[in-house]
Formats: sequence, structure tokens, C-alpha cells
Amino acid sequence: MAERMGFFTDTSICIGCKACEVACKEWNDVPDDGFVFRATSYDNTGSLGADTWRHVAFIERPSEESGDGLDGWLMSSDVCKHCTHAACLDVCPTGALFHTEFETVVVQADVCNGCGYCVPACPYGVIARRERDGRAFKCTMCYDRQLGGLEPACAKACPTDSIQFGPLDELRARADERVATLHEQGRTDARLYGASPDDGVGGDGAFFLLLDEPEVYGLPPDPVVTTRDLPQMWRWAAGAALSLTGVVALSFLGFSDRGRGR
Amino acid sequence: MAQGGWISRWPVLRQLRGEDGRSRAARSARTDALRPRTEQADSVARSVCPYCAVGCGQLIYVKDGRVTQIEGDPDSPVSRGRLCPKGAASKQLVTHPGRQKHVLYRRPHGTEWEALDLDTAMDMIAERVLRTRRQTWQQEHEGKTVRRTMGIASLGGATLDNEENYLMKKLYTALGAIQVENQARI
Amino acid sequence: MAECHPVGFQWVVEARARGARVFHVDPRYTRTSALADRHLPIRAGADIVLLGALINHVLVNELDFREYVLAYTNAATIVSADFRDTEDLDGLFSGFDAGSRKYDPSSWAYEGVDEEPAAGLRGEQLEGGAHHAEVAGADQYGSGGAREQASPPTDPTLRHPRCVYQILRRHFARYTPELVEQVCGVSKADFAELAGAITENSGREHTTAWVYAVGWTQHTVGAQYIRTASILQLLLGNMGRPGGGILALRGHASIQGSTDIPTLFNILPGYLPMPNAHEHQNLDDYLKGAGAETGFWGRKRSYMVSLLKAWWGEHATADNDFCFGHLPRLTGDHGHYSTVMAQIDGTVKGYFVVGENPAIGSSGGKAQRFGLANLDWLVVRDLTLVETATFWKNGPELATGEMRTEDIATEVFFLPAATHAEKEGTFTNTQRLLQWRHKALDPPEDCRSELWFYHHLGKRIRARLSDDEIDRPLRELAWDYPEEGERAEPSASAVLREINGTGPDGRTLSAYTELKPDGSTRCGCWIYCGVYADEVNQAARRKPDSEQSWVAPEWGWAWPANRRTLYNRASADPEGRPWSERKAYVWWDAEKGEWTGHDVPDFELTKPPDYLPPEGAVAEDALAGTDPFIMQADGKGWLFAPAGLADGPLPTHYEPQESPVPNLLYGQRANPARRLYDRPESPYNPPESPRFPYVLTTYRLTEHHTAGAMSRPLSYLAELQPALFCEVSPELAGLVGLVNGGWATIVTTRTAIEARVLVTERVRPLRVQGHTVHQVGLPYHWGWDGGGLVTGDSTNDLLPIVLDPNVYIQEGKAVTCDLRPGRRPTGPALLELIREYRDG
Repeated sequence: MAERMGFFTDTSICIGCKACEVACKEWNDVPDDGFVFRATSYDNTGSLGADTWRHVAFIERPSEESGDGLDGWLMSSDVCKHCTHAACLDVCPTGALFHTEFETVVVQADVCNGCGYCVPACPYGVIARRERDGRAFKCTMCYDRQLGGLEPACAKACPTDSIQFGPLDELRARADERVATLHEQGRTDARLYGASPDDGVGGDGAFFLLLDEPEVYGLPPDPVVTTRDLPQMWRWAAGAALSLTGVVALSFLGFSDRGRGR
Repeated sequence: MAQGGWISRWPVLRQLRGEDGRSRAARSARTDALRPRTEQADSVARSVCPYCAVGCGQLIYVKDGRVTQIEGDPDSPVSRGRLCPKGAASKQLVTHPGRQKHVLYRRPHGTEWEALDLDTAMDMIAERVLRTRRQTWQQEHEGKTVRRTMGIASLGGATLDNEENYLMKKLYTALGAIQVENQARI
Repeated sequence: MAECHPVGFQWVVEARARGARVFHVDPRYTRTSALADRHLPIRAGADIVLLGALINHVLVNELDFREYVLAYTNAATIVSADFRDTEDLDGLFSGFDAGSRKYDPSSWAYEGVDEEPAAGLRGEQLEGGAHHAEVAGADQYGSGGAREQASPPTDPTLRHPRCVYQILRRHFARYTPELVEQVCGVSKADFAELAGAITENSGREHTTAWVYAVGWTQHTVGAQYIRTASILQLLLGNMGRPGGGILALRGHASIQGSTDIPTLFNILPGYLPMPNAHEHQNLDDYLKGAGAETGFWGRKRSYMVSLLKAWWGEHATADNDFCFGHLPRLTGDHGHYSTVMAQIDGTVKGYFVVGENPAIGSSGGKAQRFGLANLDWLVVRDLTLVETATFWKNGPELATGEMRTEDIATEVFFLPAATHAEKEGTFTNTQRLLQWRHKALDPPEDCRSELWFYHHLGKRIRARLSDDEIDRPLRELAWDYPEEGERAEPSASAVLREINGTGPDGRTLSAYTELKPDGSTRCGCWIYCGVYADEVNQAARRKPDSEQSWVAPEWGWAWPANRRTLYNRASADPEGRPWSERKAYVWWDAEKGEWTGHDVPDFELTKPPDYLPPEGAVAEDALAGTDPFIMQADGKGWLFAPAGLADGPLPTHYEPQESPVPNLLYGQRANPARRLYDRPESPYNPPESPRFPYVLTTYRLTEHHTAGAMSRPLSYLAELQPALFCEVSPELAGLVGLVNGGWATIVTTRTAIEARVLVTERVRPLRVQGHTVHQVGLPYHWGWDGGGLVTGDSTNDLLPIVLDPNVYIQEGKAVTCDLRPGRRPTGPALLELIREYRDG
């Protein structure tokens, strides 16, 4: 197996430009997420979902000192965490979700049957079903690009290198240094999120440097893999899938017949 | 396709056969075949982003006469391979369905667009330029030679190439059209 | 910068990681503020007070870089005894004519030698100084080439009461931190921190850079904003040095190129002025006013003759003044907004709009559309059906009943354009860098490049010419570009080669210093000479960043002469040594007898630092080895501009045309020389009017581009900012009754538009002159059509048409407005509302 690859998103240098959102969509052919003015600072895509695999949150933090004014405008590009212990994958009955050789978690659109079990399983609320076709989608960490030795589209585009891609061990070391530097500069609110292998999901493949509590960014403070108590779950899922086999196979054969008829 | 056909490669069957259902055995044939589509490009053109004036380097990948990807040129000392959201959306700028690809014509007082052949349109425009120029020609103004027309004006955007601006200024000046302006004023 | 030039901002982030401090001065807290060390909210339109106070801080505390200032600026130069300052005349400089609202700049000149003030300047000023100003303002003189003498009288002790240094001290004496607080709304503490930071970070070992965009230029005093920054940077020794300068962040891919090779009414390629009917009957007359005789403008005959040779080839000879008579002549302001008025008046019959969208992209949209509706014919070339092409079909005046489609006689041609990927050519970026784009694929269907369009239009026009004299310039025009492919696309390389220029042997030239005044060389744009040196397209060079020095001289080609930092002679001291090892950039190598360094020296390579010009020397020979500003007549950085500006030799604070407060400094409220249009199409909000109590400022968002034609039709961008919104503080929202996410109507005397409401602490009310001033922020990317997936009202419809007198740029960044909760009225009721505001 190849080295474990990951994202380190350093929100202290994020400028909220959303190049990550667009570069992701251009590469992965992700459809738009609708044209809705949300009046939530500069965020109009709302949250991660089937049609938004990178999402930039904008938090206008009020000043605690004066009661009015602003104590910073926090921006953070959220993404699938690629958990070490990924509940979405555990519950997937078809094997559409799998661990790649880079220890990332990828959903295969050609296998997914749209059952949606993965959706509530995700402790971060990342994976979702696309309304138009029912299947589940999320960040693949540009698995196809990685297979060609390229970095993911979001990390490549990021103007300030707020999104960094690389071997997870290297990223964790770099992130520790960055926190130390910020602490030296007096920015004691800097902390890492998802970097520890001892957390509830065994550490994230995509982790963050935050400047406030995770909740401020809409992140769960203490995420736990929802399938922690169900270690054998995939066997159950496989059994469930077996009962579907006939139906699915028939539909595949039917499709093939039509294809030959053209 | 893998030996044995798709049915034997179907992840559900492979998982039931006892392969690790959460990594290798879960892979579909499509997944096994994944590569970055840029590897299949027929050509890669080195270009420059058309939006702001930073001038970020772009690589434009083309396959079968279509743009398949535009991303940053890592060699550029200006941008080091990075792009902003507009630069990252450049492929859509070239390929989006709202792009107009045909000449349209609205006759005076007309209520709808009409189709017009490009060649015909070019001839009609050339004729109008010459007619208006002759009708509005000023040889003198306030007793001074001016050799110009005040009847023809132009306004250009600032995404025009230098070579395009050059031909415009040269042609307009020879025509005697002086009200030649650009986004650079605005 | 993070908002509109995000990828350029990576260098700010990097500098900050290396210890740089970043101050962001902006009415709003933006994405740039978020990563700055300090954000200073300022009242829009008040920056000259802030910058002037920094100048005053430097002067009063003698924090200037004295050695640099004495050697490289005109601080010691003595100014004419006739000069009177705004401090003397309550807001006017000497020479103002109230009738024409124009200045005669003769009293601003340097003191003359032998009782003849400013020899060479007088005649020009007396004959047409003010007229020059009206015709072309600063552009008349190219990049600072206004005429002056090379060696005016000076007082190196800086004590002479009429030396520039003392004039500056008096002029800026009232620009105090208290005034900053009163006028800008910036606290004394914040000012002190800024003043401390920039002065501590300037000098031998450090440099400070100022970065601006149209937040500084779109004012009736826009050119003077930049002049204020220039004075400050010269005093601190921050010009021509690495990490210094005043950096214009230009907003479009080739807006710099569109100025260098201008599609602008008042200049020819390379900042040569367009000839004026009253002053330039022949080439000799023209060259007298086309720039200084000393410094590199002294070679203007070579530049101009080579241009005429590039355009009229063998027909241009010494006997016929090189076809100078083929050039049309100006007689005044023929700029964009005057052209629109001429359309409304019926003078302009035909209009080409290429890659531009004035129906929503220019100030005073209604005037723009009335102009379009009064044309005989209109050609629009763009990627999508922009609003300028569809104003007759679904423009806002149809809804109000001001226009009816059937009544509009304009014949409209829409021709689809090629994208950047579908043609080759060069863009010139914001740092003067020309980068060649290779073509990726052919444009689809009828889509064509502008190069194709103008080349083939020119061919068709030339095929229909008569033998009349008026057709001679077209008949004799050099217009024979090679064509490529089945669509007969003209060769962009051939055009770039013509721009570069060729010598008598037909081979490309390598530098503008090779240009000749005798007609033996041809060059389409002298400042671009060298871009095709050695018959190689230098703009196409792409040596990877990692394989060359940090200056990256082998990536693209920068004008002039591939210099990356202008006036870099100033990076060395008068003796030619680096000011410090840390800031070494270009220096004199005494052993080799030439200038060397990291960049191409912006100086004659072998002119030693101790060179003194002989009597009567011209062009660059008239400048000493210690004169780094080689385009200036005297080689000096101008703290005081004795000529070249339409509204004064020094910047001074005037309120915007529309302002909620009086001018605290002078009885003269606004720039007396500003360009006004006294017409019904261009009404103005009365100053200090309770009907328009709020300050409105406009801007761009990261997610969109200008009026939206290149962003609103793209789903990936449209979804990120789907609606026009206004940004207001919680205080203002409470005052007016606006609800976050609801609707607001924004009103000026031009019109009213509606926008969604974004209530945010990022906009703060400011205390100005004892009053609370509320500011409203509006991006301007929306319109009713444009192929947009998202549409909305056009912000530019709100803006007045009032211009800077030097460059005729509109005041779009500081106007007044009213705010109302809810959506705007539609149909004739909208007109009724505006009438109430105008008459009420």
C-alpha cells in the first residue's frame, strides 16, 4: 500500500476565495448547488453535500471586548475528513465506498445503489445523495489525479496554500510547527482539528488548523465513528446486498439488452 | 475489462467470496481504470488567465477538439500553478452552454433577432463604416485641419490582446475615427 | 487585493510569513482585511487627507530619507515666485480661470534661468497650457514626460522658501492626525500606528510598498490620490527599489496593454499624444509638445517617425512629414462619457463595442442606453449576449415606458467572439509583463478573434475605397498581414513583430534606443521594442520559475527593455553602491564600467555615476549619472509637478462631487477642475443633502468579473454569489429598517435599484466632523441579461457622470444615496419615485 495521503487546511491563511470549490467542480464535473442567496456572510453554498465537495465557511466573529465591531472574519475550506475509521464505508452495503491505497475514502458512482445508509453514518454530515439521481457523492481527494501523481484540484488551485496536500505524516509535522509559530506570535487560539490518531474517528486524513472552537466553524467538537460498536457491520451489509443481487443484476442485464438493440 | 466479465468483478460478489470488502475487493472495473483525464489530452497549450491583470499561467488540455481541463501552470513565477475561482472556472468560460456561437442581426425597429451569415455581416458592417464616414467627414473644424469623422466611435474591453488593440488603433486612426476608447478609461 | 487579485495576494501572505506588516485601508472590512495586521476603515473619498498627513508626519519629524531625497527628487528645486498654494487661495492654486474652470499652469513652473522662468515651458503654457490640460491631461505628456528644464535652480540646503521641500511643508502643515480623525474617521491611535510602521520600515535597510486599485482612481481627484502616494514614497526613498513602489493592481487581463497600445482617444502607442488640431499642424509642431527635450522623451522624434513608418510604410517619407498629416486631430475631450453624450445628441452614428458592456458597465447606465438607442448602427462582439446587445429587447427603459422597442431605430449586429483559449496573442499584466498565449483550439462556428475581425474589416474597407483624398490614409495603410488556416486568421506573431519594429535590413530591432528619426526604422510601439528581439517572440519565453533567479527575467518580457522594476537606478546610492546589502538590486560595477545587478538596469549601461551633462546636451545625455528618473525632463522624482496635471502641482483634499459633509480645509468644496456634464442625462445629488444622507461605494467580489459577462453565465461562479446585495452595518440596518436577507432599495437622482440585504459588522459607521457617517457597499456585477444564470439590477445605474480632469475617469467610489426597505417600484412608478427625490 502507498503512503497515506491527506489534506492539511490551514485556515489562518485562507482568504475565502472559493477557488477550491470551483477547481473541485471543474475537475470532478460536480453540478452546481443552486443559485440561492443565503445572507450568511459570503457563503452561498451552505454546506458540504453531494454537489459541494469543498465548502468555504465564513464566520464574522463579533468582538468580545467592545460588544460591537468585529474580531476577525474567519474563513475555512471544509472537506470530507477521510476518517481512519470511516463509518460511511462500514455501513455501505454495496461496497461502493472503499479505502484506497492512499487510505482515502472513495465512493464509486458505478457501484452505489443509492441506499443512503452512509448519509446518517457520517459523524461530520459530509456525504449526501444527489437529488437528481439518488446516488451518494463526496470528495474523492481526486483519486484519479492521485493515481497519475497529481495533487487534488483544490490544493493545486489554492492561491495561498491554505490547502496543502501530501503524505499525512509530513502534513501533521508541518501543522505542529505552524501552530507553534502562531503561538509564538501570540495567536494562542490556533489549534489543530482532526490531526490526532487518538480521536473518535482514529484521526482524519483531512485535518485543519482552526483559530477558534470547532463549533464556530460548524464542525462537531468531538466526532465519533458511528459504527464503533458494530465491527462486523460490513458482513451484515454484504448479506443485505446479496438479497438485492438478483434485482440489481436483472436491471443491469435489461440495460445491456437495450444497448444492443440500438 | 477484467477477465471473467463484469459479474465476477462485481464488488458484492467479490466481498462474498471473502475479499476485504472495504478496500481492494470493493474496487469496480471503472475504478481500476481511473487515471487523470489530462493524461489522455491530445495537446496542452500554455496560456494566460483572461480575468484579472495578475496574469496567472494556465495549461489548457484539449482532447478531440474540446477543452477537457484548464489548470494553473506550475512553472509560472507569477502564479506558481495557482488559480482563483474565476481562473479555475476558465473551462466553463470556454464551454458553457450560454455562449453565443452565431451571428445575430436586429434590423431597425425590429422586435426579434434574426440569423445572419458572418460573411454578409462583415460586408454590411464595412459598407456602414464607409457610408457613415463619408456622411460625417470633417476636413476642418474651427478653421483647422482635422481630417476625421465624429460619426464612428469604439469601446473595447481590456481582455483584448495587444495585437488586437494595435490593429484597432491603426485601422480607426486611418479611418479618421478618434472616439476610440477602452475599459482602461472606465 | 485578496478580493480581486487572490493569486497575487499569495506574495503578501508569504511576505507576512517573513515578518512584513500589512495595513489595509478600505471603507469595508474585506477578505484582504481578514489577513491584514490592521484594518483601517476610512470614509470613501478622504484618502488624500490620510496620505497627506503621513507626508506631514514625515516632514515635521524629518523622517525623510534625506540622501535619497536630495539626490533623486526635486525637493531642492526652486519654484516660480508666481506660484500660490491652496493654503493661500482657500482651495485654489494660482492660475485658475473660474469661467472655463481650468488652470493655466504657467505659475507652477520651476524658477527660470536668466529671468526667463522655465524656458521652453512658457511658450507652451501661454499658447495652450490649459488647452493641453483639457485635451489630454496627464496623458498628454506620456509617462511623465512633461516639458521642463534639465537643470533648474536649486537650494540643496532645502531652506529657500520657494524650494519644493518648503512648499510641501507649508502645503501639508494642516494635514494632522486630528484632521485625519475629523475627515477620514480614522482614529489618532490607528494613524499613529500606521505612520510609525511605514517610517520605521523605510530607509536604507527597508522598503515599504503601497498597493492600490480603482478605489484610488475612481474619484474626481483620482490622479492626485496617486500623486500623494508618489510624494510619500519619494520622501521615504521607496521608489525604484526592491520591495518598494506604488503598485497599481489593474483589473483586467490586458488593461495595462490596452493603455500601452491604447484604444484610448488621446494617445498613440507608447504614450505618444494624439495630435491636436490647434497646435499640431505638422510633425515639428507636434514634437514640440509631445514630451520633454531632455531625458528619454528627447528621442520622441525617433519613436513617432518609426510609428508612422510602421503604419504607412514606404508611403511615409521625410518629404511628406512621414504621413503625419494622415493622422486625425483632436479638438477637446473625446473620451467615453463625452462620446455617450454625442450619441444622445445624434453626432455619433455608428458604434463598435468589443468585449465591453457599457449598458451596465459604465456610470450612468440610463445615459448609456439612451445613447445606444440613438445610433444608426451598433456592432457588439462578445462571448454572450451582453446587455449592450439586448438593450432594445429587454432593457430597463422598456419597463418604465421611456423606450419602446418598435421606436428604436438602431441596427444591431451581434458577432460572437473567440475566448482566450481560441486565439494566440499577448496580454500585458499589471507588472508590465507581456505573456504570449498559445492557441489551444479553434473557436467554434461563427466565433472569431478581434484580430480576425479588424483584419478582415480593414481588408473589406480597403477593397471599397475611392481615389478621393480622404481615402488616402486607408489606401496607403500597411495592411498585409499573413493569414493562417482555413478561416484566414491573421498571424498574431506578425503583428507583434510589427509592434516590435524592424531596422533597415528588415530584421527585428532589439531595443528602443535603436530607433532612428530618419525613417530607416519602423516600430508600432516604441516601449515594446525588444519583445521580438533576435526574431524570437520573447513574450513566449517560459523558463520555469525554479530554474532562474527570483527576478525571473526569462519568463515573458516586460517593457521597457525587459526591466522588472522601473527606475531601478534609484536602488543604488548616488555613487552607484547599493543602499544596503539587504536591498541590493542594481549597482555600478566600476571595474567593468557598467551597471549590473539582479534586474536589467533602467539606465544607460555605461553612464557612470559621476557623469555630468555638457552644456546643451539633449535627450538622455542631458541627465546626470545620478538622475534615476530617466523619463523626466530633469531626471528627478517629482514631489511637486511643475507641469502635466490639470488640477494642480500638488494633491490637496477636496470632497467628492457628492459628499455628506463640507470640506473642512477650504471654502472650495470639490475639485474645481473636475469634469462635469451639465445635462439632464447626468443629474447630481446635491452635496450635504439630507435626502441622500449615506455614502455609497462600489466594488468587485472575488467570485465575479466586472459587469458579469464572464462570470454570471458560469454556473460555478454564479452559485457562489447569486444575487446583488448591499452591505450595511447593523446600526444603519436598524435606522432604515433593513432585515438581513431581505430587500433594500438604493436611491440616487439617477435611478433606484433593489438589492438583497447583508447586515454585517464588517461595515462600521464612522464619526466624521462630529456626525455619524454611514457607508453602503454595493458590488456591481449584475444586469438584466448577459446570458447570466443570475441577474439583477445594475449598480452603475446609480452612479453620476463626473470625472477626474486629468484622465477622465468617473467618480464611482464615493457618492451619496438614500436607502429604503423593500423592493423598488416597477414601471412608471420608478420614475415617479426618482422625480420625488429630485424635486423633493
